[in-house]
Amino acid sequence: MSKWFARVGWRHGVAALALVFSLFPIVFVVSAALNPLGTLSSTAAVPTGASVGNFGNLLTDTDFARWFGNSVLIAGLSALASVFLSALAAYAFSRMRFRGRRIGLLALLLIQMFPQFLAIVAIFLMFSTITDLWPVIGFNQAWGLILLYLGGALGVNTWLMKGFFDTVPRELDESATMDGASHAQTFFRILLPLVAPILAVTGLLAFIGTINEFLIANVFLTDTDAKTLSVGMYGLVAGERNNNFGMFCAGTLLTAIPTVLVFQFLQRYIVNGLTAGAVKG
Amino acid sequence: MTALLERETAPAEAPRPGRGGLAGPLVKIALLGLVAGLAVWAAFPLIAERAWTGLAVLLAATAGLFYLYTGRRRVPAKYLVPGTLFLLVFQLFPVAYTAATAFTNFSDGHRGDKREAVVAIQTASVTRVPGSTEYALTVATTGDPATGPLTFLVTDPATRVVSAGTRDGLEELPAGDVTVNATGRVTAAAGYTLLNGGQASARSREITGLAVPTPGGAIRSQGLSRAYEGKAGRAYDAGCDCVRDTTTGRTWTADEEVGAFVAADGERLAQGWRVGVGLSNFTRLVTDAAIAGPFARTLIWNLIFALASTGGTFVLGLGCALALHSPRVRGRGLYRTLLVLPYAMPSFAMLLVWRDMFNTDFGLINNLFGLDVDWFGGAASARIAVILVQLWLGYPYMFLVATGALQAIPPELSEASRIDGASPWQSLKRVTLPLLLVALTPLLISSFAFNFNNFNAIYLTTDGAPFPADNPANGATDLLITYTYRLAFGGSGAEYGFAAAVSIFIFVIVAVISTVSFRRTRRQEEVYS
Repeated sequence: MSKWFARVGWRHGVAALALVFSLFPIVFVVSAALNPLGTLSSTAAVPTGASVGNFGNLLTDTDFARWFGNSVLIAGLSALASVFLSALAAYAFSRMRFRGRRIGLLALLLIQMFPQFLAIVAIFLMFSTITDLWPVIGFNQAWGLILLYLGGALGVNTWLMKGFFDTVPRELDESATMDGASHAQTFFRILLPLVAPILAVTGLLAFIGTINEFLIANVFLTDTDAKTLSVGMYGLVAGERNNNFGMFCAGTLLTAIPTVLVFQFLQRYIVNGLTAGAVKG
Repeated sequence: MTALLERETAPAEAPRPGRGGLAGPLVKIALLGLVAGLAVWAAFPLIAERAWTGLAVLLAATAGLFYLYTGRRRVPAKYLVPGTLFLLVFQLFPVAYTAATAFTNFSDGHRGDKREAVVAIQTASVTRVPGSTEYALTVATTGDPATGPLTFLVTDPATRVVSAGTRDGLEELPAGDVTVNATGRVTAAAGYTLLNGGQASARSREITGLAVPTPGGAIRSQGLSRAYEGKAGRAYDAGCDCVRDTTTGRTWTADEEVGAFVAADGERLAQGWRVGVGLSNFTRLVTDAAIAGPFARTLIWNLIFALASTGGTFVLGLGCALALHSPRVRGRGLYRTLLVLPYAMPSFAMLLVWRDMFNTDFGLINNLFGLDVDWFGGAASARIAVILVQLWLGYPYMFLVATGALQAIPPELSEASRIDGASPWQSLKRVTLPLLLVALTPLLISSFAFNFNNFNAIYLTTDGAPFPADNPANGATDLLITYTYRLAFGGSGAEYGFAAAVSIFIFVIVAVISTVSFRRTRRQEEVYS
């Protein structure tokens, strides 16, 4: 028995403790979302009732469905595009030698450390001009926000990808080149399929980051129709905190759905990538 | 254009017959065509607005792209340019602009240029004088009735001509675009949404505040349906470069050093303009005692917060990853899925939920443990609370990453150390951990940098509370970034110039710490090999 505990049992103990820590706030959110009264003060740790009234109110009284669509569209498209842009750059950084490579890599990391939100005044002024000239990519437009988010496509993710590209043996692309493949063919046909796991990981990170982004979206999207989940739901509890709490928690649970789906969809790539790494050593 | 393209690309791809066929060049031509199309689309508004600088930049960028992608050389640039272009326009440019404002007095009262300041001064001094024109007023907007920018549609009583007035001035509307009723009020106008009585009274403060500048003064509202044209009590005199009050005769002379009109006795007019102030925003950080003291205290707490968040999540995540890194543990998949659930929840929402769980009166934590602690009331408990929230939010990510890194370490290594007689603890300390750290240090450093500026973590939970009685601007859990945010946008008005100076300061701190730690890792050598 004690031998079992020393080998395996303690592992279950640690995991169980971690599970309690991880899950209790989520159980609380579920409890609040199902609470028929829908207020913070009447919510207990575990569900006391099972009412879908909060979900119903959320969908009928607010533009939640609209916000949800906006968020998925914006986060999905900008995650796809930023993974592609990042992969292009990571390929160059990993496989080619050129002047400014080291500086470029370091600069990518350092630029991200500027407190971005203070640039929000500049971003606001810039997009005021853009809205006048090209309303399609201006304020309250998903396309404008996506373009703005793509400004951060190169960054930590490029580093992550470059590290993974480095683990793919160079002989693979060298032999492709010998066979007459161009650099573009090597990239799209040889390398990209091999680095699918890191593409999935960075895609997931980008998706989660964008869906949670609040500050810039809050300045950018003021029309009710154009809001994303974070902006819309913040407005929900900004004033009426206690009363809207159930609705807010219902929204929180619904907001987690796209992330979980993306995670499930990408998981096979991610897990494969993690185990594939072991083979490569 | 297309002919040119074909001529340029054909020799580049032709020497490799049978490889990849025509697909590559065709995609390339299509993409370059798209670029050309977008450039043409973007050019029209620029030409219409006579924005020649913008047009020149657009042309140069398009020409540059064509030159790059039709040539055979500069292969690395072909892969780097797309992302870099976005980086330049949407990140570097705003950051550089912000950095530049650190050397100006950009703030409330110092927003525009001198001409705008003069207009603002004249408009603000408008008073109603006997015999001034009275208009019928209709309040309208070009956007949403509740939030869109306000426009005054005023009808001239004599000519019944309708003009649209905004903060920028008055513009006559074509008679065909508007319908006017018997009292002179507008009932419909093309391109405008008219506010009804309820909507207008909800925004009555904004309506009272709006003054439409006219050559002799300004049009202001009186109630929600009448407007009058008043006379400016103060006027700019170019001869003395000063503003003169027409009734008292008092003058305020322009001071280009501070960007304001200053009277002989030192009184300043509220409306000034933007000028360069050199390094004074930076010296203020050190010399102004009301700022320097809290700043140092906040910096220390900020470092502790970033280290504790990063280190704590790493230790927790690694611990769980190690515990589950054994094929003997049944249900590992389930454990892993459940453990990363916090990561899937939207963090902005969960931060707000955590804040409510720490609520003194009806928060879950006090209820559950039968406590009556005012969590955000004391400095120590508030600090513990925000770090605890960060642990919860951050450790699933570290768990995922550590699991991946553990699986990437060849099992032969720990087997070998076991055969050599090392205890599990020794093998972990000497073999596994060093290998893990090599792989994870870049992530840890970027996590540190992220947490150092983790605005949401504080803003959405404590918002800096608790605040000491003598200083409502700097709380115990404030990070530099939330402190700066309050200095810049809250309380006594926006001070962008000063906030930009502080953000440069923050940037330097984070950048130096990160660069130094990067240089100390072996990873650096591998990356640059």
